[in-house]
Amino acid sequence: MRRTALTALLAVLAFTLIFGLAYPLAMTGVSQLLFPGRADGSKVTVGGRLVGSKLIAQGFRGTGYFHPRPSQSEYAADTTYFSNLGPNSVEGRESVRGNLRTYLALNKPYDRELTRDGVPVDAITTSGSGVDPEISEANAAIQAHRVAVVRKLPLVEVEELVSEHTSGRFLGIFGEPGVNVLQLNLALDEEAPLR
Amino acid sequence: MAQGWLQVAVFLAVLVALTRPLGAYMARVFSGRRVFLSPVLEPAERLTYRALRVDPSEEHDWRAYAKSVILFSVFSWVALYLILRTQGVQPFNPEGFHSAPWDVSFNTASSFVSNTNWQYYGGEATLSYLAQMAGLTVQNFVTPAVGICVLLAFIRGIAGRTGAGLGNFWQDLTRSLYYVLLPLSILVGLILVSQGVVQTLGGASVAKTVQGAEQALAFGPAASQVAIKQLGTNGGGFFNVNSAMPFENPTQLTNFVELLAIILIPAALTYTYGRMVGRQREGWAIFAAMLAIYIALIAVIIPAEQHGTPAQHAAGTPTTAVSGSTGGNLEGKEQRNGITDSALWATTTTVTSSGSVNSAHESYTGLGGAVPMAGLATSEVVFGGVGTGLYSMLLFVLLAVFIGGLMVGRTPEYLGKKIQAREIKLISLGVLFTPLAALATAGLAIATEAGKRSIFQNGPQGLSETLYAYLSQANNNGSAFAGYTGFVQPNAPGNHSAYGISFADLLGGATMTLARFIPIILVLAVAGSLATKKVAPAGPGTMRTDTPTFTVLLVGVVILLGALTFFPALLLGPIVQSLTTRLF
Repeated sequence: MRRTALTALLAVLAFTLIFGLAYPLAMTGVSQLLFPGRADGSKVTVGGRLVGSKLIAQGFRGTGYFHPRPSQSEYAADTTYFSNLGPNSVEGRESVRGNLRTYLALNKPYDRELTRDGVPVDAITTSGSGVDPEISEANAAIQAHRVAVVRKLPLVEVEELVSEHTSGRFLGIFGEPGVNVLQLNLALDEEAPLR
Repeated sequence: MAQGWLQVAVFLAVLVALTRPLGAYMARVFSGRRVFLSPVLEPAERLTYRALRVDPSEEHDWRAYAKSVILFSVFSWVALYLILRTQGVQPFNPEGFHSAPWDVSFNTASSFVSNTNWQYYGGEATLSYLAQMAGLTVQNFVTPAVGICVLLAFIRGIAGRTGAGLGNFWQDLTRSLYYVLLPLSILVGLILVSQGVVQTLGGASVAKTVQGAEQALAFGPAASQVAIKQLGTNGGGFFNVNSAMPFENPTQLTNFVELLAIILIPAALTYTYGRMVGRQREGWAIFAAMLAIYIALIAVIIPAEQHGTPAQHAAGTPTTAVSGSTGGNLEGKEQRNGITDSALWATTTTVTSSGSVNSAHESYTGLGGAVPMAGLATSEVVFGGVGTGLYSMLLFVLLAVFIGGLMVGRTPEYLGKKIQAREIKLISLGVLFTPLAALATAGLAIATEAGKRSIFQNGPQGLSETLYAYLSQANNNGSAFAGYTGFVQPNAPGNHSAYGISFADLLGGATMTLARFIPIILVLAVAGSLATKKVAPAGPGTMRTDTPTFTVLLVGVVILLGALTFFPALLLGPIVQSLTTRLF
């Protein structure tokens, strides 16, 4: 008994050193060496100022920018949580209803043909993380009308920028395509800055 | 939809294709044969035995094996609890988080030592990097390794021809860790970092967003933990929203790799099993039974999620797919994963004992949410946890042999060993303990005021949350209808004036611990009992266990037990919700 207990204790110590310190610290070192930007959070800087991460959505207001998906957490990236709205929940209904109204009010004036049946589902539901960096291609196509008008750009030019910032499926098979909102907006600011 | 089914088909094909090579590799490792990593790892292995003062050639009988498992786990629990309770004064704590409250620490320590990885805390807002690394990551490694050890002991009991020995726990443990879990974790971890999963010791940064708001970005040594979180059917996220967080699962590629990592080792172990008992077809028969149930569940959940929720329909919002959008129920799901990869993950993570999530299970449709619960209700034998899944399934195999034996009027035998009264008693206890624990604790939690404090949503959803919570903890899964809580953190991030809901923390912690270790002891007892039995040569009347007929019987036994036990409870929660359009 005593011998087994000693071995068990030594094993906990040894494996804590190996898997709790050596392994994560070595992985950190190697990652920093091989993928410095990505290991540090894919930070985006503009003119030396840290404006966010390309993997993390941030809030955008007004008509001149593409908007990310609604967030249950105000786009908090240091305290993430799910909305946890149930399928039969009254708050769930109110949440999507409110998001639908906001989306139509924002985009309808620039896209007369937009009806509520044409609003893509990602635009009116909150994501898992609350900081989903991407929107669907359908969502981007609708918002492109508004952004083009406000920025006085030809629609095709905006659409081109959208497709430049669209990630495809892995191997053409897995996942769904998405448009990175932060990078798209930064590209727009470079192309045709808002005054 | 066609695109969705294509994804499922290709994913399953990749899984089947990898089962054999990895399974064969593990069989070589656990039989003590040389593999391509041996030149590097053998010296490390020898050094470890010397440091731990063990003689790896010493065979353990089932009692000695069980004693080592329990003592190792007890010390692990104490170490983790102490780290959580003292993180405030430890290094690697750039955010200056306070130590965690006692009741939440009890729950978390029990959770990670039992390979559940149920989380009442939110990682990035609560835990220091030291707690994540030296506390949680360590348990992420050793608990699946313990699962493999118990499986190996069980296999040796079934296949054993030479007496009571079940192998050496410390050798099995060391080999599982060094030859299987560590190399795969390094590989997966580096793939994840290459895609943007964070791996840094730097603290949070505050960004000034494009429109001038402040956004705090939490980082940490995530990739190293996420890799083993996925591979070891652990499931405890570095971040609170687990693999929905882009820093934990940023791209379509990482999602594929992480998804595969959940189920890869449990699937491959069926091949290892066939190899080690010397009858490859036995392994494939079990694999086929697992795959059949898995596919049936996938076939339900994807259309259910594609249909959308009553809340969406009541709001008059569209849920049909349009060009460039998946449609369906995207509440709590990430755009890059869409419906298919979220629903496939939800099924995979609950048939295995992973519990890692890439979407909010609580926001699934009624029927869609019933699928993960059904996965839990099968007692985690459909691939199941690393090691645990297969040894639990082998209990069902023995049960199926017994039932089949009764039907044809023969003494039940499995691989030449008679299954007798003592084994059947132990097996029945092993098979029934977890479902009974789940039902009893869920009943207690729903019937008491103290239990109801944890509930978030009204109506049948509240019951679903509670049922899910105890199903998940009793099955050592760890996924949740995450509105259910046992930890209140008013000043997040940080533990300042945070407190636990003691009832939920303690009941859950006790459930996870007992439902992990009582079945382990029973499984080892069965192994010990089988090990010393004489092998009867197979005759013309022997019931074969490597045929499609047996696979069907096995599926039937698994479903029968799970369905009979949980159907009434599921009826009151998710099934009610899938049958009504009423809102609550």
